[in-house]
Amino acid sequence: MTADRPIASAARRILAVGVAALAAATASAAMLAAPAAASTTDVATNCTPDGSTACVSPVVLDSDNDPLPGIDVTIAGQGFEEVVTSTDGPVSVAVPEVGTYTLTIDQDTLPEGTTANATERQVTAQLGSTARGAFRIGEGVAPEDGGGATDEPTEPADDGATGGADAGGAGEDPGIGAEGSTQNASGWPAFSQVWQQFGSGIRFGLLLALASVGLSLIYGTTGISAFSHGEQVTLGALLGFISVNWWGLPVPLAVVVTIVICAATGWVQDMVLWGPLRKRGTPVMQLMIVTIGLSMALQYVIQMFIGGRSQRVLPNNARPLEIAGITLSTASWISMAVAVVVILAMAWFLTQTRIGQATRAVSDNAALAAATGINPDRIVRIVWIMSTGLAGLSGMLLAISFGSFTWTLGMILLLLMFASVTLGGMGTAFGALAGSIVIGIVVEMSTLIPGMPSSLRYASGLLILILVLLIRPQGLLGRAVRVG
Amino acid sequence: MDELSRILIQALGQLVAPATAAYALAAIGLNLHFGYTGLLNIGQAGFMLMGAYGFAIATVEGAPFWLAFLVAAGAGALLALLLGIPTLKLRGDYLAIVTISAAEIIRFAGRSTLWADYTGGASGLAGSAYKGPFQELSPLPDGRTTIGPLEYLNNGSDSWWTRIFAWSVVLVAVLVVWLITRSPWGRVLKGIREDEDAVRALGKNVFAYKMQALVLGGVAGSLAGLLFVLPISVAPDNMGRTLTFFVWTVMLLGGAATLFGPVLGSMLFFFVYMLLRTGMRAGLADVMPAQNVEHLAGLMVGVALMCIVIFRPQGILGNKKELAFDVR
Repeated sequence: MTADRPIASAARRILAVGVAALAAATASAAMLAAPAAASTTDVATNCTPDGSTACVSPVVLDSDNDPLPGIDVTIAGQGFEEVVTSTDGPVSVAVPEVGTYTLTIDQDTLPEGTTANATERQVTAQLGSTARGAFRIGEGVAPEDGGGATDEPTEPADDGATGGADAGGAGEDPGIGAEGSTQNASGWPAFSQVWQQFGSGIRFGLLLALASVGLSLIYGTTGISAFSHGEQVTLGALLGFISVNWWGLPVPLAVVVTIVICAATGWVQDMVLWGPLRKRGTPVMQLMIVTIGLSMALQYVIQMFIGGRSQRVLPNNARPLEIAGITLSTASWISMAVAVVVILAMAWFLTQTRIGQATRAVSDNAALAAATGINPDRIVRIVWIMSTGLAGLSGMLLAISFGSFTWTLGMILLLLMFASVTLGGMGTAFGALAGSIVIGIVVEMSTLIPGMPSSLRYASGLLILILVLLIRPQGLLGRAVRVG
Repeated sequence: MDELSRILIQALGQLVAPATAAYALAAIGLNLHFGYTGLLNIGQAGFMLMGAYGFAIATVEGAPFWLAFLVAAGAGALLALLLGIPTLKLRGDYLAIVTISAAEIIRFAGRSTLWADYTGGASGLAGSAYKGPFQELSPLPDGRTTIGPLEYLNNGSDSWWTRIFAWSVVLVAVLVVWLITRSPWGRVLKGIREDEDAVRALGKNVFAYKMQALVLGGVAGSLAGLLFVLPISVAPDNMGRTLTFFVWTVMLLGGAATLFGPVLGSMLFFFVYMLLRTGMRAGLADVMPAQNVEHLAGLMVGVALMCIVIFRPQGILGNKKELAFDVR
């Protein structure tokens, strides 16, 4: 009892420090984000034409007529100017007035060694329709002379050609559009592309790590493989979307709100679900099936809010920023910085604070930890709170970095989280971090393989998972235990 | 009153629907995995997809029905072998992780453009492409038949013939499970579920037994996939993770490690599920759109699954003493 006291107060102190660290991290992010938000005009990039709205949509296609993401196109005219970055799907902006607009493609954002068939297109925006200007990007396609750029015919709003593709593909790319995952039309990629994908991989790995460290801690302290952790990530993205777009919060505050609400879901879960079940001595197997039920319930709650649609957390267009030859959106770089800070804070927490050491002790051997005066119940509760909070942060940052998300976001991530955690060694927090980085890089780099459809890049996660289980089931940092 | 009887008849129709049979068969397979052997397979939808694709693609390529049937079964067995080899020697949750991942990846592979010539990509395969040989087998005369409140065509997609075939397969599966689980082989499976080390100490090859159970249950799962797509079409997005979770709910509702649990669970589940959805759609029409009613119903299934596991892990028919429910 007395031994419990100092830890309890330490817990409070540490939590306070942790919150302060998070606040500091997000505040610095705020300072970085503020100018970015100020300098771009606030234009939604999913415009639906109606009686009072005219839309302009740049269409960027590669030589196979597939949409090419990550290309900047400037839309200018009638005193309006806006830079739009192409994505895997249709992108359109609402323009304030009808009339002629000029679409100019940014040559610097084209993949190495490719050219556009035109540098400019002129379109006429009309109320109730989307005016499309198409660019075809290919290897060595001679640019048409710019003066005679053809007018893409405007299409009526109810034209289902591109809209249908969008609706049908709702589940296609699970809310994770890769920017800059471009590919040479022929054969193997150039070094710059490899380097770019490596950078994307680091980004993905860092954001993935936020979620998988929590998954690993839950496994370590409770023995549960939490299948609901994927939905906790989606929940973060959803709350980010809601707090920015519905409640109108500034992004840094939205991050804090998201973390707090997500952490609160963990606390409530432990209060009403895991805590009582632990007291009853419910077997782990049963708890794992409970997480399946929870995952299904959460999934439908999320769908109630956003349905099958793909949503953007930040309404602004991504502004590309090049650092060390890697071009990612400014928001991505900030997200990565936040992730690094939070991961460092986690590492400090786990190694330097009493409560963190207690967490690792419980993770190592719960009975022994309890015998030394640690209250495993309290530790497990802190782990649930921390894990769900981190998962929420991860989800929101992923949604920001990748531009958009759907309700399937967490489903895919769960697979990759499990692969990361298994690769690093189940139950080890630092193993999960290392595993996540590796998985992030492998997943992003695997899109460089010629002929590999981007929807199959997550298969590399499963491949790694199976290989690890065959060769080194305890993972990179795990301890070998005889299990059979 | 008219509304009420319509809702009731719709729910009654679920009791004999081919999809209910498909879920029952999938749950029978899962029951072999989880109920009898204690294997945590969270990717039954993956096995069902393998069966559906195996059957449909084989038929499209010109195979007769019996051969396509065998291809479907073989596809499930193959997947079970592939997933079993790396995981069955390890702790139980590795199988869970690998199966849930594999099911998703199979779905992605099916809907990717890479093999779209065979799988039809994201839009899948239309039913008319592969149903012909099966429907030609029907011995029933053309026309409609009414039994009680239920009226269906004799032949065709959503027909009595599809129902008779689907439930016959389920019946055979129940018979097979009854025969094998009361054999010495079945007792070894239950022994593995209760205490793997003890069985190993008796000189049994636990890995081989687990693998056999995984393959058998996987074959049941892939045949369930076949039944699932017989009245409709192969649509990979219909056979995702939610399908797996529903199969789990069905099995746990009826009772794991019981013979008739999966069948009862499936019938009861879909009766209530349909009642709930049509009832809510009618009752809440002014409050929320139909789309949200579906989500609300799904949410209820999730909560129901949690409640079953927490408050009645043995399900309706199960014996709490028999099911220790803790597997390593």
